[in-house]
Amino acid sequence: MSSAPKSDRSLTYAEALYEGTRQEMERDPGVFVFGLGVDDARGMYGTTLDLQNVFGADRNFDTPLSEDAMTGVAIGAALAGMRPIHVHQRMDFLLLCMNQLVNMAAKSSYMFAGAVNVPIVVRAIIGRSWGQGAQHSQAFHSYFMHVPGLKVVAPSTPHDAKGCMIAAIRDNNPVIFMEHRMLYQNRGIVPEEPFAVTFGQARRLTEGDDVTIVAVSHMVVEALRAKHLLDEVGIKAEVIDPVTLAPLDMDTIAESVGRTGRVLVVDNSWTMCGASSEIVAQLVERLQGSRSFRTARLGYAPTPCPTTKPLENLFYPTAMSIAQTAYELVKGKGDWTPAAVEAKEIAEFRGPF
Amino acid sequence: MMAIPERSLSTIYRDLRRIRRVEEKIIEVYSSDKVKSPVHLSIGQESVAVGVCAALEPQDIAFGTYRGHALYLAKGGDMRRMIAELYGKVDGCARGKAGSMHLVDMSVNMMGTSAIVATSLPLAVGYAFALKARKEKAIVVCFFGEGAMDEGVAYESLNFAALRKLPVLFVCENNQYAIYSHVRDRMPHGDPCARARSFNIPTERIERGDTLAIRDASAKAAAAIRAGEGPQFIECMTYRWRDHVGPDEDRKWKYRPDEELDAWIRNDEVARVGAMLDDATRQRIDAEVEAEVTDAFAFADASAFPGGEELDQYVFSA
Repeated sequence: MSSAPKSDRSLTYAEALYEGTRQEMERDPGVFVFGLGVDDARGMYGTTLDLQNVFGADRNFDTPLSEDAMTGVAIGAALAGMRPIHVHQRMDFLLLCMNQLVNMAAKSSYMFAGAVNVPIVVRAIIGRSWGQGAQHSQAFHSYFMHVPGLKVVAPSTPHDAKGCMIAAIRDNNPVIFMEHRMLYQNRGIVPEEPFAVTFGQARRLTEGDDVTIVAVSHMVVEALRAKHLLDEVGIKAEVIDPVTLAPLDMDTIAESVGRTGRVLVVDNSWTMCGASSEIVAQLVERLQGSRSFRTARLGYAPTPCPTTKPLENLFYPTAMSIAQTAYELVKGKGDWTPAAVEAKEIAEFRGPF
Repeated sequence: MMAIPERSLSTIYRDLRRIRRVEEKIIEVYSSDKVKSPVHLSIGQESVAVGVCAALEPQDIAFGTYRGHALYLAKGGDMRRMIAELYGKVDGCARGKAGSMHLVDMSVNMMGTSAIVATSLPLAVGYAFALKARKEKAIVVCFFGEGAMDEGVAYESLNFAALRKLPVLFVCENNQYAIYSHVRDRMPHGDPCARARSFNIPTERIERGDTLAIRDASAKAAAAIRAGEGPQFIECMTYRWRDHVGPDEDRKWKYRPDEELDAWIRNDEVARVGAMLDDATRQRIDAEVEAEVTDAFAFADASAFPGGEELDQYVFSA
């Protein structure tokens, strides 16, 4: 996947985003970071902290509350040869940018037959817990996966957060960069040197021949917890993190399902017309006639996200619901109920947002 | 008014005439179905693009709209590749992927045009941000119709340009109609300049589509921008003679009074500027323009359609 050298140093996901961004800003004077709050004392959960001190106010700056025009400003600056990173504290706000992203950013290379390119990175943070509610919790990756000309990445580990950030900045195309608030404090090994993660290559995080679990963004963490629950009943789950959703590495997923004959896709969003629908549809197209398989999908409940905790708990897939669903794919309806496991990053999160 | 040297007047007339004759030729061939693209003709509005571009330097950047034939040609875009593009041919400026609405010629800093109203304002502002950050001398000019002033993104863009004192000239081409909807039915006071001034952006309104007055106002605005004074805004009153889209006249739809249209046709800038030249000069230019237009259409006729292998090229940049 990446050619990253061996290293034992660990960083949080937020620190990895910061480091990747800073290293690219040092390498290329055309890289700049802008968006609401990116230069304030909180520094976008630490991911942009002190960039203004290091690189100056032309390369890290706050903006008016004008997501639509600021997306156009990013595109215009990119047309002029710069490499903007436009940051949104919540992915929900990207709906204000849709015209520019879909009609302009995604189309420019094609419409003008390669006369221009639009190297922009749009960072979108998905919120969860502590009462994020209906308008601070949404994940819209499927909207962007639908559009030719856009790339969509959703790293789940600190390593991939840094490697995808560097790759996204260097990419000559618009990249929607999805981050999940519940991943920010997760810690992992991250090489100090700059490195790029190759887009379109999924990661097989665990190996197993009983069931394939494809999980997106924060659901990767829950899927790995579910894998341990399944171990206790002798079911070997192969957990796959696509890392990038557009391009999507169906080869790795299809190879796995070809072996296991069972696939559960767990999305960090709704299932209707979502990434999970796409993955299952492509599996059917690839495997029909050669390999029958069973399938199930999990995602947000088909409701807006409720604010109150008891209802929010029912809204998201959990390690338990993932394990239970995977168990039933393997064994059929049974009487197994997985033990409750705590998602520490959610249980301990105290906001304010 | 600034003195206009004779050579410069000839150039201005040539540009006006080129645009007029190309579009008249488009009308002529349209029924043959060779132009496989919706066309939004500039006939009647040529003076805005020509007047503004006469005040620009080659390195200046132009953003425009789907009614973009005039700007593309006035900025120096290749006429052959324009017609080939309208014909959907492989030698078009975007290999047939753009058509009339998305003309582009980066060799003369003519950025690709957009068919979504007001979308290029923030792009122009972003480009100007990059120029200022790199301390380059060029400025950006952004053309848009008065209809764009109905869109929220226009105000976000004016605000940011003013806030950062960016080198951008906003050119509002006020032809008074968004398709068939008059500006009085869309704006309480019908005064785009007043709106721009609310962002502390200096404005000037030029009546009657006077090419030389537009050139002078643009030159003054461009000089202020180059002096670091930040964005400027000019509003050019103008009029579209033909239908919003397509080659035809549109009197039959009765959305505007015939006498209003006729007054603007009598106010024809191509004829008015042409009359400032001596007959021999004008006739020489006319003959050269005819030859250029004939050549451009012949070039488009001779060009091939793109092969099927081009369908998925340029979805992404390498």
